[in-house]
Amino acid sequence: MEKINKTQLARKSAVQSRWYGNRRRTFFLVFALTLMVVDMYLIFVWAPTESVMGHVQRIFYIHVPMAWTAFLAFFLVFLASILYLPVRKAPAWTRRWRLWERNPIWDIVASSAAEIGLVFTTLVLITGPIWAKPIWGIWWTWDARLTTTLVLWLIYVAYLMLRAYSSNRSQAGVYSAVLGIIGFIDVIIVYRAVDWWETQHQRLVVSFDRFDVASDMRLVLYFSTFTFLVLFGYLMWQLISIKRLEITIRQTKDKLSMAKIRDARR
Amino acid sequence: MIDRTPKLAVRVEDLTKGFGEAPVLRDLDIRVGWGRILVIFGANGSGKTTFLKVLSTQYSPDQGKIWMAGIPRSEDPVSIRNIIGVVAHQPMLYQDMSTVENLLFFSRMYRIVDPRKRVAEVTELFGIKSLLERRVGTLSHGMQKRVAIARALLHTPPILLMDEPESGLDEESLYLVMKTLQDYVDQGRTVLMTTHNVDIGLDLASEVAVLSDGAFRYHGNREGIDTDKFRSTYLGRMEVGS
Amino acid sequence: MKTFLLCIMLIAWKDIRLEFRSREVVISSLVFAVLVMVLFNFALNVTPDTVDIFAPGVLWVSFVFAGVLAMSRSFAVEKDKGTLDALLLCPVSRDVLFLGKMLALFVFMIVVELLLLPVFAVLFDFSAFSGTLISTIVLATLGFATLGAIFSSMAVNTRSREIMLPILFFPLVAPVIIGAVERTNGVIGTDTGIVGSGRWLQLIAVFDAVFLVLCPWAFGIVMEE
Repeated sequence: MEKINKTQLARKSAVQSRWYGNRRRTFFLVFALTLMVVDMYLIFVWAPTESVMGHVQRIFYIHVPMAWTAFLAFFLVFLASILYLPVRKAPAWTRRWRLWERNPIWDIVASSAAEIGLVFTTLVLITGPIWAKPIWGIWWTWDARLTTTLVLWLIYVAYLMLRAYSSNRSQAGVYSAVLGIIGFIDVIIVYRAVDWWETQHQRLVVSFDRFDVASDMRLVLYFSTFTFLVLFGYLMWQLISIKRLEITIRQTKDKLSMAKIRDARR
Repeated sequence: MIDRTPKLAVRVEDLTKGFGEAPVLRDLDIRVGWGRILVIFGANGSGKTTFLKVLSTQYSPDQGKIWMAGIPRSEDPVSIRNIIGVVAHQPMLYQDMSTVENLLFFSRMYRIVDPRKRVAEVTELFGIKSLLERRVGTLSHGMQKRVAIARALLHTPPILLMDEPESGLDEESLYLVMKTLQDYVDQGRTVLMTTHNVDIGLDLASEVAVLSDGAFRYHGNREGIDTDKFRSTYLGRMEVGS
Repeated sequence: MKTFLLCIMLIAWKDIRLEFRSREVVISSLVFAVLVMVLFNFALNVTPDTVDIFAPGVLWVSFVFAGVLAMSRSFAVEKDKGTLDALLLCPVSRDVLFLGKMLALFVFMIVVELLLLPVFAVLFDFSAFSGTLISTIVLATLGFATLGAIFSSMAVNTRSREIMLPILFFPLVAPVIIGAVERTNGVIGTDTGIVGSGRWLQLIAVFDAVFLVLCPWAFGIVMEE
């Protein structure tokens, strides 16, 4: 075991606790929160009131960006799942990603994206009815986008439950990677299916975003999307570093217990 | 890199295998030649079963390379399965089918020419003729083990992997198995087996290895081992995970 | 190629033969499906004029529930008796094992579904049998069997396997259910005809094609090839 310099360690942890672990990340958080404040101002004060729906329509600027983020998160799960599973012959430029083995970082990315994605998806499913009820008088419409989001939510839950109920960590990683890939491809088909189904049944008197979007509104929408993406990025950064720490802790504990056994035998 | 003249029956380099927590097998190396019976000793939880399962292609290694009879595992696991026979703890037989149905099914899966003839041969060899028409579920554990061993030898694999074969066998079955193994090996094939029974193990072995801490701490010929000394050292260190 | 097909058939036939003797899967699935239909009848308060609206949905939900029963058994028995390991040791690639199990599952489900049709016809006054219905049943069941087999193989290795299979299976099989119900609607004439029957067939066919490629590969990963 290497010699531990106690002063250095103390100094390092003091710095770490002041900056909440990482200076750059903390700045990023401040950036994200600032954007959020500005965004809220834009949404609730600056944006023009929609003629038909009134103030309730403002929830659109939260609902839609979160939906996009939720689907982006799932795409990330898909990508990370692919990168996690070993490929025998990976091209040379991917060396750094170590694709020939089960590189744990990809598993961390996938599970982080899934956890955060689930939260965003849940919020989409909550803000949807909040928007719908005052305007159209019903909580839920089985429109293509909302329904696909519901299915996405269910797949996220299945993904996280699969991880939770796996017999060991290795299995959790491999099985959820498989589900990540199958699930993503499935969601694409689900969207197509529900879209045709909605057309077929023509029950949609309401339509969430088929109102006149003035250019000012578009601006707020794009800004809001950017804000939520930044927030998502921060959450990913934070969650990934937490998970990496957890792994380090576990490995250190293992090393310690192995060392203890070896010492005991001597 | 394919080893074209399989000088070695089994060749393992830097094998690492884990299930998410600490690795069970770590940087494990071993080479086994032909016509040998390698008996592997190790405490409970030392990774003996995991090791055999990696060799039998049931598990894939996290890291490391394996060649079975010169066939690299990473490139052609299917061919490896052709040249190994496996006898595990569980008999791995279909309980609701009769013995002969089980044997015929696996013969056909192994693409044996004239399955009925081959099945007749092994049943003769293992003295299980009387069990043929009986549902496997009605057989005792020892009987099922015998059938399982017969099944493993259907395709006369050059390499046999056995996980504690002596467990659950009565005197007669045990004698039969030991004799079969000896004949098998005399024809140039190799057997790898794990066991907890020091007596039977040392009796059968031509090579001995001890698995501990995820790798082989000892690997040598049977001749160089003093039975009593081995037993006391081995048993003396017996604690879980050592 | 020949051994590929031969071994698939061997595995499927083995399952079918075992089922032939005990008839467990088919009977329990059948009974369960009939129970579901009866329950639906009470729950939905079906009357002669509304029966056409409910019928296709009830049919397919019953099929799916019956199917899940068959799926969970498919790999559970193999795992419990250790025979899954025996299969994994056979000199065939993992796809062959998967396709063999899937084929057997497909056959069981089709048998149950064909036996259910007359019961359904009586309970829900359903008389529109046609080639379209048969082709829908075949293609949709193919999709069910494919996803069912892979998720069954995964669920069986986890804790709480009974709940993992439905949780994995139901959300992902949604497009097939949508397509099947809509096509059945087309058969009995209650659909609006905006999205043609061909489109729904396309949906199920594409689904099947995609997952028939994806799932055998996934099985290899799950079984650590």
